[in-house]
Amino acid sequence: MLRRYGSGLTLLICLLVAFWLLMLVIVPNITLFEQSFRPYLPVTEIGGPRDVYSLDNFLKVFNGDTQITLFGRSFAIPVHVLTFALTILYSILVTLICFALAYPLAYYMAKIVNPKTLPTLLLLLFIPLWVSEVLRAFAWWIILALKGPLNSLLLFTGVIDKPVRWIVDYNGVVIGLVYTYVLFMLFPIYNAVQSLDTNQIEAAEDLGAPWWKIHLKIVMPHAKPGIASGAVMVFMLSAGSLLVPSILGSTTSQWFTQTIDQWFKDALDWNTASAYALLLLILCTVFVSLAMWLFKVKLSDIAK
Amino acid sequence: MHKFRLGLAHLYTFLFLIYLLAPLAVMSGAAFNDSKLPSIVPWKGFTWHWFQALWADDRMLVAFGNTLVVAAAVAALAVIVGTAAAILINSISGRLRTVLYGMMISTILIPGVVIGISTLLMWTKLGGLIFGSGEKMFPFIPGLHLSVLGQVSYIAAMVMLLVLARLQSFDAGLEEAALDLGASHAQVMRRILLPHLYPAIGAGAAVAFFQSIENFNVTQFTRGGKDTLTVYVFSKVRSGITPTINALAFLLICITLVLAVWYEIARRRRARIEAAREAEAREAEARETEAMAEITGAA
Repeated sequence: MLRRYGSGLTLLICLLVAFWLLMLVIVPNITLFEQSFRPYLPVTEIGGPRDVYSLDNFLKVFNGDTQITLFGRSFAIPVHVLTFALTILYSILVTLICFALAYPLAYYMAKIVNPKTLPTLLLLLFIPLWVSEVLRAFAWWIILALKGPLNSLLLFTGVIDKPVRWIVDYNGVVIGLVYTYVLFMLFPIYNAVQSLDTNQIEAAEDLGAPWWKIHLKIVMPHAKPGIASGAVMVFMLSAGSLLVPSILGSTTSQWFTQTIDQWFKDALDWNTASAYALLLLILCTVFVSLAMWLFKVKLSDIAK
Repeated sequence: MHKFRLGLAHLYTFLFLIYLLAPLAVMSGAAFNDSKLPSIVPWKGFTWHWFQALWADDRMLVAFGNTLVVAAAVAALAVIVGTAAAILINSISGRLRTVLYGMMISTILIPGVVIGISTLLMWTKLGGLIFGSGEKMFPFIPGLHLSVLGQVSYIAAMVMLLVLARLQSFDAGLEEAALDLGASHAQVMRRILLPHLYPAIGAGAAVAFFQSIENFNVTQFTRGGKDTLTVYVFSKVRSGITPTINALAFLLICITLVLAVWYEIARRRRARIEAAREAEAREAEARETEAMAEITGAA
């Protein structure tokens, strides 16, 4: 490196990378970590005798129980734990729906469509990506409104006889997240399927394999890195999204990022917000690592 | 492939495109509806009113200006840092490379909420360390400059990936040759390496610019009372919704469409030129073989 670029340039490059990784990534996260163990105090008391490290901020997740009913039994569960569990659960649901929607199209784009129309198709798919996330969520807010176009259309065609309230519970959030992030699933899978030799599929067809078996035994295993990277992207983006749950959420839906935002903006308790943000980061990372270990995918496969 | 399934595949793609594009059409349509609430039903008549209201919205114009400044700053910083990182990764190997590369990639996966809060915390704490508990000064107060830094922390990784891919096709022999011929390291960088990377750097700048405009999470936590377009639209959607947002959305979609069509036309022209060139080359080759045959025949 030194011989290739000389001492001056090497130093400059190293400094730039150090600035990025240290000042923008590592030190902020260390600060977040340190801050999350400190109590929230008035300015005058910071550094005083009460400013000691403790796990209090993290333990706040266990405050305040709520009742839920699961399998006919009633449980008492802390509100924030429930919020977190539901965030993870619905993020998984979003990821699964995105996969179901994106996989057929990715296969179509990689193996079926005429190569001449592919660039045009890609361009059309890219258009929603350029329109900002907040506007995409807003578009669904309009569509799903009680007196909105979707209900009008369904009433007009006679599918339903009275307006359906779409934004109840987590429905609106899931619909919005799927719409916003489905393309992040599509492109990695498309890339992966594209590298599959078409001869393999034809050979399997000639040997009499049914179409679903071809997908299950040939295409999907080959596309596994793409599927994994799409799934990780969609899951992390969904769990970390604040816009979509805020716009398309109902009165009974709460996303974990919204809880963090409330600690930060409403309670002005940055320390507890830090603790919660750290929890989100750690638990999501653990969850993703676990899923990757389960499906035997490595991080290096994902970054391809 | 079975004909029926082929038809089904075409139909599915068509429906998927409708699913993707219809919401944008609905949102644009609502911009022209003369109704206080943004919707296309019931249709109360055509109006330009919401565009006038948009033009009169000073806060929106300020937010739009802020967005452009932030996006330009993010693009500039992310390109510089990302390119440096790609060059570094490309010229080291082994464990160090794996660790650094993993660290850079992982920034893309960190939730924006975490990036936002951690960036804000570190800079305000740093200000506290330097100035004590007294009045804090720029850059240690919340503001759009922190939004820029927070956004760069993960957008730089995207630029890095693009530039790194381009570096794979670089012939290091060119560098060697230039150095042997007496060029300085700076000259090699400026005249040989960077020109090779320009396409990737350009693409990286574009990606960074659009990613920055899209960003909400990081900006929301670091902005310190200043607006960007995304934040402003968000606050509008949450508080008083009027179809001015739809008018704005319509304009943004139009810009996107114009860019897309322009790109598509340019692409088709390139493809046509290439096809023509190929045909010409084939013809020339045919002529050549013909001539060869004549020559050999004459001999």
